[in-house]
Amino acid sequence: MNWLVALPELALSLCGLAILIAGVFSPNKHAFQLTSMLSLGALLGVGGLVLVSPTGLGFGGLFINDAFSRFAQLLILAGAGLAIILSLDFNEREEGMARFEYPVLILFASAGMMIMVGATNLMTLYLGLELQSLALYVVAAFARDSLKSSEAGLKYFVLGSLASGILLYGMTLTYGFSGSTDFIHIAKALVTSTPSVGLVIGMVFVMVGIVFKIAAVPFHMWSPDVYEGAPTSVTALFGSAPKVAAMALLIRVMAWPFGHLFVQWQLLIEIIAIASLILGALAPLVQTNIKRLMAYSSIGHVGYALMGLAAGNGNGISAMLVYLATYIFMTLGAFGIIIAMRRQGRPVEKITDLAGLGRNHPGLAIAMTIFMLSMAGVPPLSGFFGKLYVFLAAIQSGLWLLAVIGVITSVIGAYYYLRIIKLMYFDAPEGAFDHPAPSLSFVVALTGAVTLLFILVAGPVTTAAQAAAMALLG
Amino acid sequence: MNQAGFPLLSLLTFLPLAGVVVIFCLRGDEEATARAARWTALWTSLIVFVLSLVLWFDFDKSFVGFQFQENLPWLPQYGASYRMGVDGISVMFVLISTALTPIAILSAWKQGGGRAREYMTAFLVLETTMIGIFSALDLLVFFVFFEAVLIPMFVIIGVWGGERRRYAAIKFFLFMFAGSMLMLLGIVALWIHDGTTSIPDMLHIPLPAHLQFWLFLAFFAAFAVKIPIWPVHTWLIDAHREAPIAGSVLLAGVLANMGGYGFLRFSVSLLPQASQSFAPLMFALAVVAIIYTSIAALVQRDLLKFCAYSSIGHMAIAVVGIFTFSVQGIEGSLFRMLSHGFITAALFICVGVLMDRMRSQSMDGYGGLARTMPFYALLFMIFAMGTVGLPGTAGFIGEILVIVAALKVNFWLSLLTGTTLILSAIYTLVMYRRVIFGGLERPELKVLQDIGPREIVMLVPLVILTIWMGIYPSSFSTFFDATANAMAQAHTVALAGTPAHLASAAGNLAVGSVTAGGAN
Repeated sequence: MNWLVALPELALSLCGLAILIAGVFSPNKHAFQLTSMLSLGALLGVGGLVLVSPTGLGFGGLFINDAFSRFAQLLILAGAGLAIILSLDFNEREEGMARFEYPVLILFASAGMMIMVGATNLMTLYLGLELQSLALYVVAAFARDSLKSSEAGLKYFVLGSLASGILLYGMTLTYGFSGSTDFIHIAKALVTSTPSVGLVIGMVFVMVGIVFKIAAVPFHMWSPDVYEGAPTSVTALFGSAPKVAAMALLIRVMAWPFGHLFVQWQLLIEIIAIASLILGALAPLVQTNIKRLMAYSSIGHVGYALMGLAAGNGNGISAMLVYLATYIFMTLGAFGIIIAMRRQGRPVEKITDLAGLGRNHPGLAIAMTIFMLSMAGVPPLSGFFGKLYVFLAAIQSGLWLLAVIGVITSVIGAYYYLRIIKLMYFDAPEGAFDHPAPSLSFVVALTGAVTLLFILVAGPVTTAAQAAAMALLG
Repeated sequence: MNQAGFPLLSLLTFLPLAGVVVIFCLRGDEEATARAARWTALWTSLIVFVLSLVLWFDFDKSFVGFQFQENLPWLPQYGASYRMGVDGISVMFVLISTALTPIAILSAWKQGGGRAREYMTAFLVLETTMIGIFSALDLLVFFVFFEAVLIPMFVIIGVWGGERRRYAAIKFFLFMFAGSMLMLLGIVALWIHDGTTSIPDMLHIPLPAHLQFWLFLAFFAAFAVKIPIWPVHTWLIDAHREAPIAGSVLLAGVLANMGGYGFLRFSVSLLPQASQSFAPLMFALAVVAIIYTSIAALVQRDLLKFCAYSSIGHMAIAVVGIFTFSVQGIEGSLFRMLSHGFITAALFICVGVLMDRMRSQSMDGYGGLARTMPFYALLFMIFAMGTVGLPGTAGFIGEILVIVAALKVNFWLSLLTGTTLILSAIYTLVMYRRVIFGGLERPELKVLQDIGPREIVMLVPLVILTIWMGIYPSSFSTFFDATANAMAQAHTVALAGTPAHLASAAGNLAVGSVTAGGAN
C-alpha cells in the first residue's frame, strides 16, 4: 500500500484540522485573518507537495496520482487560494462573515475536490464529492443572518443532495451490473461483453449526478440562484475550484470506466453541450444582476468545455484542461472586480452599476475589459486558446454541428461581454466605488496578467495538458 | 536569419508596444503627460517607419517567396510556430501601415482630451496588430493578429467617436467577430487537413474540391466583412461616420487592405479551384458595389459618409482585379489597394481639417473655401483627382490595370467595372464643387485659416505618394512583379490540373522562401 501518492490530500486534511484548532484558540478579533493566512500557506505548501509526491496507484487501487490529477489539483488549489484572498476584505466588511471557520471549510472542500479528481473507485469518488459538497453547503449559507444567503445555501443543499442521490443510485446500478466499484474492473466488464442495459442506465445516472455539479443545461437551475444569493466571495469560489473539480471528475469517469460506452454517451454530452451553449449565450442578454450574468456565462463556458469531451479524443481532453485553466483565472479576476463594486460600504450588483468604471477606476476597468474580451474568446487573450482547442478537437472528430453552434453562440456571447465594456467606458459615470482593498487589487492584477500573457506560456501549458490527457487515456 | 541580420519584422511589430510601456510610465500633471504621450507615440511610430525602410531597401525584388523570415517554436504540439516573413505583396502593406500610423497619430494630435495617453496607446497597439497581420506566416499567428485588431479599433471608435459611437463600435466589433469566428472554423479545418499552420508549407498541399468550397466560404466571411464587400458593408458607413478622423485614416488605409490581402494570400493561393468557381459571384458583388456606392456617394451631403461610400467602391475594384487571377489584375488590385490606402486616408484628413475648424461634416455648411484656404483647396484637389483616377495620379494605375484584366475575362465585366471612371468623376467633382467652389456666403467661413504646419506635414507626404505612384508606378511594382507573376502562374497551373504541375508551380511561391531562409 503506497499511501505517499495521497500525501497532498493527507497533508491538506491535517492542515485543515490544525488550522481549525488554531482558530478556536486564537483571539476572536484576529482569528479570521490568522486562519486565512495559515490556509493560504497550507494551500501553497500542498501545491508544492502535488508536484513532488510520487505518482501511481495507492490504497489498493482506490486512489491514483497521475499527470491528470496533478493538473486538475493544481488548478483547484490555485482557485481555492485566490478565492480565500478575495474573501479577506469582503468577509471583514460583511456582517458575521469574518469567522475562522470560513477558510477552514474551504480547505476541507479543497481536500474533497482533490480526492474527487484522484478517485479510481466509486467509493472514493463519492467520499471526495460529499466532503466537498458538505463544506460548500455550509459556505453558501455562511452569512447566516442574510435571508438570501440562507436561501441560497438551502437551495444548494436540497438540490445538491438530490444530485448526490442520483449519483449514488447510478453507482449502485453500476456496481450491481459490473460486480465492482473499481474503475479498472468496471472498464473490464464493459470491454468484454456488450454493455448491459443496467450498466448503461447506471452510467447515465452517474453522468447526470456529475453534470448537476458542473451546472450544465438541463441541470443548471440551481446555479443562477445560488450565484446570486451567496455572498460574492463565496460565489467566486463556486465559479472556480468546484467547477474544475467536477469537470475533471466527469472527464475521468467518462473516459476511463465508461470509456467503452463512448458511443452511448457521446450524443448525450453533445446535447448537454449544445443546450448549455445556447442558454449561456441567450440568457445573459436579459440579466440585470452581474452575478446572475456570470452564472449564465459560466454555463456557456461549461458548454464549450464539454465540446472537448464530446470529441472523445486526447486532443479534446487536453483542450478541456486548457479551457479550465484559462477559465478559472478569468472568472476569479472578474469576481474580484464584482467584489470591488461597493459604494459607501454597501455592495452593489447591478450591471449598470459598472457605468463609468473606466473614468473612476481605470485599472479595474482595463482588467475587466481583459476578462470580458477573454471570455468572448478574442485573441491574444487566454480565453481564445481554450476555444480554439475545443473547436479543433470537435472538428477533428467531425462534430461540425457542435462547432458551428459554438461559433454562433460565441458571437452572440460577445455582445453581452461588449455591453459591459460599453457600460464601463462609454456611459456616464454613476459615482465612484469605494477604494478596492489591496488584496482585491492583487488578485485582479495577477489574474489579469495571467489572462493577458497566457499566449507566452501557451506552449508549456498545452504540453502539460496533453501529458495529463495521455495519462488518462493511457 | 534574414537579410537584415536580426529579427526585423518582430522588431517592427513589437516596437510600438515598447512605446505603450513608456506611455504608461509617464507621470506628472494631466497636461504634461498628454503632451508627452503624444510625442512618445509619434516618435515611436516614426522610428518604426524608419526601420521599416530597411524592408524597402533590402528587399530582394527578383526573388519569389518569403524574405526576412523568422521562426520560433510556439505550440509545437499542434505544429504551430511563431513564423514571420514578407513577400512582394505583404512588404507593401507593411510599409503602408508603418507610413500611415505617424500620419494618423498626427491627425489625432488635438483630440483625446484628458485621455490622450489611452488614445495614443490604442494607436500603437493597432500598429502592432497591423504589422503583425501582414508579416505573419503562420495561420494561427495571423489569426491572433487579425482578431486583435478589433480591440484597439473598437476602443478608438467607442471612446473617441461621434454621437452614435457606441452603436457604431459594437456594430463594428460584432460584424468583424462574426466573420472571423467563421474563418476560425475554416482555419481549424485547414489545419487538421494539412497538419501544419505554416503558410509557406500549405502552398504545397493541394486541397480536395469540396473542402475548398467550404473553406472559401469561411474565409470569405472574414475578408468580405473586412474589405468590405456589398452587402456586408453597412458597418463601415457607421464606423467611418462615428470614428475619429485618425481612426478612419487607419480603417480605410490599412484595415480595408487586410481583406484584400486575405483574399490574395488565402483564397487565391490556397483555394484556386474554389476561387475560380466563386469568381462570378465575386464579380457580381463587386460590380453591384461599384455602381451602388457611386450613386450613394453622389447623394451624400455628409462628407464622412461620402468618403466611406467612395472607399467601398474603390475596394470593390480591387476585388474584381484579384479574381481575374491574371498578372494585370493582381497588380492592378495591389495598386488599387495601396493608392486607396493613402488617397482615402488623405480625403479623411482633409475632411478632418474642415471639421477641426467648423465642427460640421455636412457639405451644405461649406462652399467657396478656395478663396480663404487656397493651399488646402489645391491639396484637396489632388486627392480628389486621385479618387477620380485621373492619369498621373496613383488612382489611375490600379483602375486601368483592373479594367484591362477584366476585359480579358468578360467584356461586360470590364464595361461595368469601367463605369467607375465616370461615376467616381461625377460624385467627386460634385462634392468638390459644393465644398471648395461656389460663393463664399457664410460669414464664419470668411475668417477660416489656411492649413497649418501640422496639417501640411500630414498631407504633403501623401501628395508626393499620390503623384509618385501615378507617374512612376514601377518603383512600387518591382516589389510585387515577381510574386504576382508566380501567383497568377500557380493559379493557371492549379486549374490546368495535373497534381505534379500543381506542386511544382505552387512550389515556386514557397521554394524560394526555403532557399531564402537558407541562403541568408
